[in-house]
Amino acid sequence: MMAASKKMLDQEPSEIELLLPWHAAGTLNARDARRVDEALAHDPELARQYAVIREEYAETIALNESLGAPSARAMAKLFAAIDGEPARGPSVSLNFSARIAEFFAGLSPRTLAWSASLGALALLLQAGVIGAVLMKNQTSSFQTASLSTNAPITRDLGAAGTPPYALVRFAPEARIADITALLDSYQATVTDGAKGGMFRLQFGNRAMSKDEVAGLMSRLQREKLVSLAVAAP
Amino acid sequence: MQVLYGRHHVRVFRFGLRLVRDEQVAEDLISEVFLDVWRQAGKFEGRSAVSTWLLAITRFKALSALRRRKDGELDDEAANAIEDTSDDPEVAVQKKDTSVALRKCLTALSPEHREIVDLVYYHEKSVEEVAEIVGIPENTVKTRLFYARKKLADLLTAAGIERGWP
Repeated sequence: MMAASKKMLDQEPSEIELLLPWHAAGTLNARDARRVDEALAHDPELARQYAVIREEYAETIALNESLGAPSARAMAKLFAAIDGEPARGPSVSLNFSARIAEFFAGLSPRTLAWSASLGALALLLQAGVIGAVLMKNQTSSFQTASLSTNAPITRDLGAAGTPPYALVRFAPEARIADITALLDSYQATVTDGAKGGMFRLQFGNRAMSKDEVAGLMSRLQREKLVSLAVAAP
Repeated sequence: MQVLYGRHHVRVFRFGLRLVRDEQVAEDLISEVFLDVWRQAGKFEGRSAVSTWLLAITRFKALSALRRRKDGELDDEAANAIEDTSDDPEVAVQKKDTSVALRKCLTALSPEHREIVDLVYYHEKSVEEVAEIVGIPENTVKTRLFYARKKLADLLTAAGIERGWP
């Protein structure tokens, strides 16, 4: 084994050696992963190279994560372009539905198509329930900052600039209790919704830099309960 | 489309940005990519993951955008990349910060090497998926990443950082 990894420095790399990056990323199939594990256990040179690869792997992720997220302009441009697309069917809405149905049917087996339909139904129900809660229960955690009577006055006095806003769509399976906890953890309040299933959220009471907002959107986007989050003006 | 956009737009943006190195162009790129997806949705056959399909379209769009740039601009970009490799890692070494130097050297790799490193490490694509996205044989995918890593090691060595490989 050791001979195999030493050989690669001045000759062609071995098959196992070529697979190391995928092993670090966890994308090898079970058979290859086992082969690499066995080789690593017996070849210190290979193990040393693997440690270097792990470092490269971590830094590549960190580098990409530092790139932030696109602005809302990209999304606005996209949907404006889609709106401008010529209608090819009997009506625009029918054309839209047909394309969406065709697209998701192509993604996966029939069972997943059924799941998608159920998910869409659940999303509509969820939007209705949250809307009802917002309308009826002013003391819930969806209450807007401006309506809060319990908020300490120093919070408003200390606020500087406009806090960040985002348009957020929650996952169809998200429960109200989960959404409430999520809003609390981000110090977020719902300021408008649910238009087209999207809620407008305000985050805290202070202005944030572009990088901070990008980081916030990125973090939010990774939440399981969130299916879409974009910064909003 | 909103759900699809919400799930994938950040990664598509970052992949495009690493290739074109211009935020404005990368933002335009993701609008074009998802508009293409909208137009071609019926052609997607589900044989590969949606993210693989999106990254393949993004790569094609990014390369087209790069080709549209004037030669002079490309030369400038190449010059900047060379500057990155010689200056910034030195600063990083002074700070004894291997991590910073490693990121600078990752940025200084050629577009061909950058994309394969990103696809494997950040986008977690398998050998087969990278082959599909880049349009090269699987064995070439493996060797190209190996030589990208060797180039990375060379850049770090030039910056005075030895990591014990190769």
